Amino acid sequence: MISQRLREAIAGVFSEVDVALAYQQGFDKLHATPCFMTMPEEINKLIWNPLCVHNLTSYLPSLKKKKVAVVVKGCDSRTIVQFMQEGLINRENVVIIGIPCNGVISVNKVLHETNHEPIEDITFGENGEITVKTLKGEKTLLLSDVCPDKCKTCQYPTPIVYDRLVGDPITSDKSPDSVYADIKEFENKTLEERLQYWEQEFDRCIRCYACRNACPMCICQDSCIAETRDPHWISQRATLSEKFMFHMIHALHLAGRCVECGECERACPMGIPVNKLKRKINLDMKELFGYEPGIDPEDKPPLYTFKVDEVTIKEHKI
Amino acid sequence: MADTGFVQKEKLNDFLNELSKDAVVYAPCLEGDTVIFKAFDSGTTLCLDRPANNPPKLVVFPQSETLFSFKYKKDAEDPRKMSVELEANTDFPRAIIFGARPCDAKGFRIYDSVYIDTNTPDPYYKGRREKTMIATLCCSAPSPGCFCVAVGGGPAHREGSDVLITQLEKGYFIEPVTEKGRAILNVPRIEDGEQYAEEAHKRQLESHDLVRNPFAEDGQPKISRALFDLDEFWEHVVSKCLSCGACTYLCPTCYCFNITDEQALNNGERIRSWDGCMFSHFTLEGSGHNPRPTKFKRFKNRVGHKFLYYPEKYNGVIACCGCGRCIRHCPVSVDISEIVSYLRGPRFEFTNEPPESMGTDTNSQEQKQ
Repeated sequence: MISQRLREAIAGVFSEVDVALAYQQGFDKLHATPCFMTMPEEINKLIWNPLCVHNLTSYLPSLKKKKVAVVVKGCDSRTIVQFMQEGLINRENVVIIGIPCNGVISVNKVLHETNHEPIEDITFGENGEITVKTLKGEKTLLLSDVCPDKCKTCQYPTPIVYDRLVGDPITSDKSPDSVYADIKEFENKTLEERLQYWEQEFDRCIRCYACRNACPMCICQDSCIAETRDPHWISQRATLSEKFMFHMIHALHLAGRCVECGECERACPMGIPVNKLKRKINLDMKELFGYEPGIDPEDKPPLYTFKVDEVTIKEHKI
Repeated sequence: MADTGFVQKEKLNDFLNELSKDAVVYAPCLEGDTVIFKAFDSGTTLCLDRPANNPPKLVVFPQSETLFSFKYKKDAEDPRKMSVELEANTDFPRAIIFGARPCDAKGFRIYDSVYIDTNTPDPYYKGRREKTMIATLCCSAPSPGCFCVAVGGGPAHREGSDVLITQLEKGYFIEPVTEKGRAILNVPRIEDGEQYAEEAHKRQLESHDLVRNPFAEDGQPKISRALFDLDEFWEHVVSKCLSCGACTYLCPTCYCFNITDEQALNNGERIRSWDGCMFSHFTLEGSGHNPRPTKFKRFKNRVGHKFLYYPEKYNGVIACCGCGRCIRHCPVSVDISEIVSYLRGPRFEFTNEPPESMGTDTNSQEQKQ
């Protein structure tokens, strides 16, 4: 079982690190939660299953001075690559325990399927079937139906960087064209329709900044323009225009940096599809610069650098 | 006049439309898969199946409000002199919160002690509170994370409510709790509820035992001060917190605010907006000093405020209503009920050296959060 092999892998590197980041059972059967293990006996608390949705690498920049072992899925590993590009971690201080991943669940989608009843029990079958038990009875779901959208088009099920790999590598069987299919479809809507869509979504925003704080690539720390008085770009009013402005800036700051881990959207307590904006900008970055974030540690985000002639951009010939 | 009322299930929307005629009705409405409190109108879809993602606190304590506007004026006789004109509005429209949960209603009682029952009542909160009727829907089942019974509440708790509503097979049994609430019985489309009273009272008791009680062993949670003051404890339990404000902004009892001036040339407004103790700017002083410089100190404040400081000041009342929102909506499932149960005493096994979750020096800790 992968859980057991994962425990062994962590036990194997435990003496080399100050803290190991993995998953343990959360407050109910439907939630896993990140655990920071500092004592060897804590390793027994560790779990691995499709509830392990969090991108644990988000904690790495704040632990930069420590030696850390971290469990990463394929998607999470892209964050580490991006951190390396931007010098946000010391790679030699991080022991990456990679796990090839067949997809995780979306808690919200499972709750939707079970009418938001408290989950009494949940079990995962070999072939992606999930049995959930509530007070109202039992229901079988398919992982492919209740996974986050990112898993449906996942191109990197096996971590891109790792020091130890637990489990056999998996190759993606999903078409690369499928990754931005939803964004392209959304762009077929008229400008008015899209504006109306975003106005309705952002109106729910409570400015709790869960999206920002869950985002591994948000690095302005305590100088985020959402709160600063200098520069004073956004007031503390809870109006649509202020919320819109914050989300636009958040998205633009991630241009060519967002690794599409989807933590922003998963963290949102109000169900706002905030990842869609970032993915739209990533699609633009791909079309403009032929660049995909979090793939090559030696690369640089396009907006961190400058080339006189961008191969993919046709400029006016003077 | 009857003592209780009843509204048929299929007439509920009509009933809410009647209520809307002389008050703004805030009700839990469905948007996508999210339930939010918003002004009810013909375009909204009511959702009473589960507690709303956000509590109705914003009706009485808005996320942001203008305290007053100001205008600087030059003296025509002496241009070196400026005078300032202030204008404040504390006249608020009537409002009805329909479909609050008992925990949500109890939350307002926590605010009342702070904002009304003092020597200097807050005119904004007080003004809205007096104009608002709270019609609370009893819970028929707990939601994930709920623990109201552990902090003095319950699925049919009446504190803070003006009206108690119980969902039955055929409709809604409506029972005034306060004098203010009795007005609801005069609304058209309401029937006499007497024949449903017995069934409703039976229903109200049913779900009480389904709610988990993490502090069951000793009734009200008693916190060990020694453990509470141990920094290592907080560093250990708080390491996974992301320092976002989801818990505080979704909390029916969190009432901290910030005040900012928004000025353009000679005009401006003084704004009061929600603040939350999870943010790194919380209690940041003008000098740049912050008495709570680290994540764990801020988190300690959140738990301490609810379970120690507030009870010490207000007759032992716990400033947590057990709604469970901070648990179920936390991006990393931080569980305040678990932390408080650790704090009750020596049962928390604290062995080995202090955990090095986040370091102890301010700089390294503030790098991310």
